[in-house]
Amino acid sequence: MQFTILCYETAADFARRSDPEQAGPYWAGWLAYGATLAQAGVFVSGAGLLPPDSATTVRIGPAGRSVQDGPFAEVKEQLGGFFVIDVPDLETALDWAAKAPSSSSASTEVRSVLQMPG
Amino acid sequence: MTPVSPDICRGAEHQTAGQVARTSYARLLSLLAARTRDLAAAEDALSDAFRTALEHWPRTGIPDRPEAWLMTVAKRHHGAARSRARTALDALPTLHLIHPPEAAEMPAFPDHRLGLMFACTHPAVDAATQTPLMLQAVLGLPADRIAPAFLMTASALGQRLSRAKARLRALNVGFDIPDPGQIGPRLSAVLEAIHAAAALGWEPVPGSDPARADLTGEAQYLAETLITLTPHEPEPKALLALILYTTARAPARRPAYTPLSQQDTALWDATLIARADRLLADAASANCLGRFQLMAAIQSVHTERRKTGRTNWMALEMLHAALNRMHPTTGGTIAAAAVTLELHGPHAALQTLDRTTGIDSFQPYWALRAEALHRAGDPDANEALTRALGLAEDPALRAWLSHRLATQ
Repeated sequence: MQFTILCYETAADFARRSDPEQAGPYWAGWLAYGATLAQAGVFVSGAGLLPPDSATTVRIGPAGRSVQDGPFAEVKEQLGGFFVIDVPDLETALDWAAKAPSSSSASTEVRSVLQMPG
Repeated sequence: MTPVSPDICRGAEHQTAGQVARTSYARLLSLLAARTRDLAAAEDALSDAFRTALEHWPRTGIPDRPEAWLMTVAKRHHGAARSRARTALDALPTLHLIHPPEAAEMPAFPDHRLGLMFACTHPAVDAATQTPLMLQAVLGLPADRIAPAFLMTASALGQRLSRAKARLRALNVGFDIPDPGQIGPRLSAVLEAIHAAAALGWEPVPGSDPARADLTGEAQYLAETLITLTPHEPEPKALLALILYTTARAPARRPAYTPLSQQDTALWDATLIARADRLLADAASANCLGRFQLMAAIQSVHTERRKTGRTNWMALEMLHAALNRMHPTTGGTIAAAAVTLELHGPHAALQTLDRTTGIDSFQPYWALRAEALHRAGDPDANEALTRALGLAEDPALRAWLSHRLATQ
């Protein structure tokens, strides 16, 4: 079964990405996590995302297109990246999700990948 | 004398109910379950009895024998629930006021708690459910408190526990006081379940999640209970010693992750170590060597560094070899290889590691392999260290490993 591991991070986590003191351990943690998923043979795909201030949100309302800078909602934790993994069950998926660095600094969400009908 | 305010009264009743819950929960539950052979119904009846106590004790005062009172009320609740006589259930509180449960109704309670522990680790209960079931049945912990340690949601664990209880009921598993002859063979499953609860707080080499650490305290209480129920068995004493040795060293592991060999021994808790030493000596005097005696002895040797200033690797090699013969596990093999690394060098340790299987996602394997490769001057050390880092759950351990990766 395929599951998506959604890695949510705080503003402090996003700041660590470019902090000279903390960037090393930050990236080492994520690179090791991705490499380990691959070596365990469960990695399907994944991507890291630029911080939420780089987001642009599009919406079509009664007045037509609206385009805004910034994320859709102001929340404490924003999506920082995701992995799609292929594992036998939810328990295994949760076990991998617990190892994501975001699980100890913010939160990680696991969702089953939707099987399109037909 | 100052009049006692109703609030303080209320507090006292709550406190008494809380104390009775802590010390007598399993005693009352096992007795009810032994009568009804239905663990879920016994739990319901007992929690109704505690609720009734909290409603009545503030008005009527705390009874002389709170346990007997609770037991009688729980039996009535269970009877009432069974007959589904709505009117009888409604009349219960009135009934208690007219006929408060008499101490005379209650002979000394037989202690069925060992039967309860055996039921929780019955072969019909799925191995992964035995430890959470025991935490719930013996300690009365709610599913939402237990579930995170097992990486489950409270509702998923609740369903799993309900299925286990239904299965025990369907098989008509008893909760009786076991015959002395039955105790030995069934004890190992109970020890295993308690050890699993304790280990959630402190896996030996890899990360320990601080949120799980409080389960170690609950495991200690379970081990202490088991010792009072089986005073002549050596292994429960050894299990408690093992828990105490590890708890004693906890202050030296935090806040930053510190491996055992680099811990400041002055931070270890000398009182807990002394208690563990006494328990282990007591267990050894039975002259019946077991798995937990060997595991505790290994920790005892590590703890000796506090006095001698060095680690006796020879003694550890012997104890690990004996443990792996008696009870082979992947974790045991890795721990033995760590001793080999110190005594015989990286190549000997790598030989053992190369032979070990089932280690793809086993963090301690990759951490030790990285260390052995590093000492052998092999550039593959970084790849193994990356894998150890990717498998680490504990942020403190992750920080320690990423520092190593950057500096080695």
